[in-house]
Amino acid sequence: MYTFSNKLKTFSIILMVLGLLGVGYGFMTSHKSFEEVETLLAEEAHHGGGHGEEAAHAAPSHDAHAADAHGEEAHAEVDEHAKHIEHVQHQIANRPWAALYVAAFFFMMIALGVLAFYAIQIASQAGWSPVLFRVMEGITAYLLPGAVIVLLIALASGTIGHYNLFIWMDPDVVAHDKLIQGKSSWLNITGFAIRGIIFIAGWVLYRHFSRKFSIAQDTAEDKSNFKKSFRISAAFLVFFIYTESMMSWDWIMSVDPHWFSTLFGWYVFASMFVSGITVIALIAIYLKSRGYLDFVNENHIHDVAKFMFAMSIFWTYLWFSQFMLIWYSNIPEEVTYFISRFNDYKLPFLGMVVLNFVFPILMLMNADYKRIPWFVVMTGLVILFGHYIDIFNMIMPATVGDRWFIGVPEIGSILLFAGLFIFVVFTALTKAPLLVKGYPFRKESEDFHY
Amino acid sequence: MEASKVIHAIYTDDDVLMHAVKKVKAAKHHIEEIYTPFPVHGLDKAMGLAPTRIAITAFMYGLVGLTVAITMMNFIMIEDWPQNIGGKPSFSYLENMPAFVPIMFELTVFFAAHLMVITFYLRSRMWPFKKAENPDSRTTDDHFLMEIPVHGNEEELASLLKDTGAVEVNLVDKAH
Repeated sequence: MYTFSNKLKTFSIILMVLGLLGVGYGFMTSHKSFEEVETLLAEEAHHGGGHGEEAAHAAPSHDAHAADAHGEEAHAEVDEHAKHIEHVQHQIANRPWAALYVAAFFFMMIALGVLAFYAIQIASQAGWSPVLFRVMEGITAYLLPGAVIVLLIALASGTIGHYNLFIWMDPDVVAHDKLIQGKSSWLNITGFAIRGIIFIAGWVLYRHFSRKFSIAQDTAEDKSNFKKSFRISAAFLVFFIYTESMMSWDWIMSVDPHWFSTLFGWYVFASMFVSGITVIALIAIYLKSRGYLDFVNENHIHDVAKFMFAMSIFWTYLWFSQFMLIWYSNIPEEVTYFISRFNDYKLPFLGMVVLNFVFPILMLMNADYKRIPWFVVMTGLVILFGHYIDIFNMIMPATVGDRWFIGVPEIGSILLFAGLFIFVVFTALTKAPLLVKGYPFRKESEDFHY
Repeated sequence: MEASKVIHAIYTDDDVLMHAVKKVKAAKHHIEEIYTPFPVHGLDKAMGLAPTRIAITAFMYGLVGLTVAITMMNFIMIEDWPQNIGGKPSFSYLENMPAFVPIMFELTVFFAAHLMVITFYLRSRMWPFKKAENPDSRTTDDHFLMEIPVHGNEEELASLLKDTGAVEVNLVDKAH
């Protein structure tokens, strides 16, 4: 049995407290009044910031208004100026919401990716991985709280918030937007909530029962629990691939309700899959270094690292396929998605390709390196950071636009959910022995060597 | 100096062969060659063979392929005749790079795969019309053959090999 060390527990609680402070700070400082944003923009114009041109042309028009110029032109310019400031004001208000949402989704998708990996291992009757099953089950314990938090943040942004994540939740926007009106049979809050509950219920039910069967198999006389978990895993994988795809439209793609992409679901899946596998490796290596996983040898680490390597390439393949098809045909209604990312997010957008592709491909290509724990840990941390940036790139351009930064709200949100993740996962790990006892492939897995 | 006489020990089971290899290695005899009808897992480790470096050559061939692709397309599409084809930017390589990636990828794989295979053929001396170097035709079907050079210790060697479960131990004169 694993015991949750007090040090790690304290560490996770410190992370949560620090994170909460950061998130709170983010929300406190994001409510800027019209005048505050106006001065902010004027200052940026003086410093030659990103909004220089617009603000510079806006400032004199404001003076003109003050000087009682009632001409049509002046009015138009004042309107434009006010609209611009309101736009920026909204972006600033969105930032803590988006930061919270990105971090919440990132940790949720790790648990979901691990759940899919776990189901695949059982359905494919893999012989190498059963020694890691309890680690995977521990990680998927985060799915229920994590997914509920994501759904709640999304719904809260449209009910108690000011439509800070999904503009299609704003009836005012929808009233003036024919495109969103056409999609409103799918994009409405009730449907969003119901679908979210169905997704979460399905995933969590599978998690609950597979865990139950797995623990029951430890003491069972026959293999009936294994057979049951095999059947529900196969069924879950079918359910998963549909709901994961729909979840990615709902929870991520709809932040840009004017944009759509067909391989988006797969793309999000690749991201969650590789992050999940990486976390399996990291936690397994951590537990092994503490002496809890003596039956896990370097061959198992090697196999997990192979998955990290292959899925990093798979992610890149999907990322590039989506990007290149849209770049190549350059259809205005699709390409704005990448234009806003390319103009305002150049470093994160291109940086994540380096983090998620170039780095893992060079670090994990060598078979010997995949067996060295610190090497896998180092690469794993880079991959995780890269996939955080990936989610960041999906959400931020639609919510805060060019007003992005990785500052207190973002880091605070990461710390908050990292703390919660560590707390939930390691608590779950203490609930059952770390080695599946009665699983039919246990022996094969213990003897596994590559 | 190459020994002119060798002993051929013939086995009928790969497990027995593996044990024999370990025994012969423990007795500090040099194993000249082992002929098997199929790959025996762990045999190279037991014999103490150096690991292959063919993966490293493949990686370098891949880099060559990538370089060829980039140089070729940069010259053709950007430097030599930068036409406007369907509005694709041809001012610099980077601007039009996404369109080149499929070719860059394919040429990397092509070079890595083919040159590695050719390297394998060269290193293992395989080509059409090559004379087969098979000491006993049964080793291509269901027998395993271990070849050990003799340095005047043939009786001791023969009894050692008999002990390891060899079904046949033959002294062969290799001098031609």
